[in-house]
Amino acid sequence: MIEFLHTNMAYLLNGISVGGQYALIAIGYTMVYGVLRLINFAHGDVFMVAGLVMIYATTAMPMYISIPLVLVATVVLGFLIERAAYRPLRSAPRMSVMISAIGVSYLLQNCALYFTGGLPQVYPSIPFLSESVTIWGATTKMVTIVTPILTLVLVIILVLLLKYTKIGMAMRAVSKDFEASQLMGIKIDMVISATFVIGCFLAAVGSLLYFTNYSSVIPTSGAMPGLKAFVAAVFGGIGSIPGAVIGAFIIGICENIIKGLGWTTFSDAFSFALLIVILMVKPTGIFGEKATDKV
Amino acid sequence: MSNTILSIKDLKVNYGGIEAVKGISFDVNEGDIVTLIGANGAGKSSTLRTIAGLVKPAGGSIILQGEDITGENPTNIVKKGITMVPEGRRIFPDLTVLENLKMGAYLRNDNITDDLNWVYDLFPRLKERSWQAGGTLSGGEQQMLAVGRALMSRPKVIMMDEPSLGLAPIIVRGIFDIIREINKQGVTILLIEQNANMALKTAHTGYVMETGRITMSGPGSQLLADDSVKAAYLGKH
Repeated sequence: MIEFLHTNMAYLLNGISVGGQYALIAIGYTMVYGVLRLINFAHGDVFMVAGLVMIYATTAMPMYISIPLVLVATVVLGFLIERAAYRPLRSAPRMSVMISAIGVSYLLQNCALYFTGGLPQVYPSIPFLSESVTIWGATTKMVTIVTPILTLVLVIILVLLLKYTKIGMAMRAVSKDFEASQLMGIKIDMVISATFVIGCFLAAVGSLLYFTNYSSVIPTSGAMPGLKAFVAAVFGGIGSIPGAVIGAFIIGICENIIKGLGWTTFSDAFSFALLIVILMVKPTGIFGEKATDKV
Repeated sequence: MSNTILSIKDLKVNYGGIEAVKGISFDVNEGDIVTLIGANGAGKSSTLRTIAGLVKPAGGSIILQGEDITGENPTNIVKKGITMVPEGRRIFPDLTVLENLKMGAYLRNDNITDDLNWVYDLFPRLKERSWQAGGTLSGGEQQMLAVGRALMSRPKVIMMDEPSLGLAPIIVRGIFDIIREINKQGVTILLIEQNANMALKTAHTGYVMETGRITMSGPGSQLLADDSVKAAYLGKH
């Protein structure tokens, strides 16, 4: 066992790191679902746009401006998407909103295609994150160590925010009952916007960490991590934040262990096979809410 | 104290393509318990939901203390001092009892400790269970929580939609005792009920609604003695 861990240390570390990055995206899926009962298909593309913003920002500006700019721009993008594509459909059937989300996803991809001309854009190396580090014989980038720590810190902050702040309580209330929340004087639209803002902020952080491991960003770069994060959210029980985080780490680690075993070709297939199995065996995921409808 | 606090004038509400409320007018005097009774589908709930701002009226006006609040959003209605205890209680099942009560005070930025203690005095049960999730309470306790939650906004008028629904008779009596108690402490109450007997015994003024119209009104005791009310709503012949 120790022997196995030692030889696969690089894969294991990488798995934990990728898991953290998936987790940051998955929280956006799970929170939006929790409040709106909507699978926000555009979330992976927002993540990709965050990558492109970073690329364009760093050509003109230093890192200490670019990084905050990426975070702000992504949050604004998420806010605007909700305002323009989801809010007008608030009383429409759920399926309409979902189609709208798919529309936003393609819109973002095509806008990205237009701006990049379809060419891969080289992702800048973020100084500290791109440095090499060696742990127990495995050489990796600093980002591998930073990701899980940063992810856990952000998740803990988020959980505390949901548990103890007024807006957090309002989010939990709105996710259970729109109308009763309105009767408390809660502004539903404000709470939903806040949900998108938080989700997109975390996706932006995730994109900074994720793309550091890759050389470039293309318009479809958000699709695969977006899908994996979605699988993680479903695996953990969509609507549950701890579920999404644990699901993401499990998927990240499993994928990379499979790569370590030499079956790289099957690592993506594993995640999606997992999705099928969960949906058949336990559709509500590990921490999912019981399948009771709103009364 | 008999000045009008809430005045409804010629209120019309459409619901799912039909006119659920067809131009009703009634007044609620400050410090009173006023009840609307009537069968299912008479338009009682639509009336309350419209006053609360959940539904936009198709016509007419809602006046609170001389101020026209017709068509305001629910947030502003709560701010102006009207809260509603919705039908079926609708407490937040995942939030603790204390958190539910805090949600009731959502729009307030002042210190809520006194009001929290006031609600706990009215409902000692809630104090015992303040750390329990709302969903684990019994039906009667959930109704107490729903009323307590509504009181936390310090309303001038509290509207209750069928507070006795689905509760055992002994619990229902307790709920009506509480309604009287809250009223004695100065809160005006607008109550809609299918349990006409209890509602009319409790209320100062009653209105009978039938298919979107008010067909009768008068002091609760007078309606209670009325033969047609007895026949239609009290099951006595």
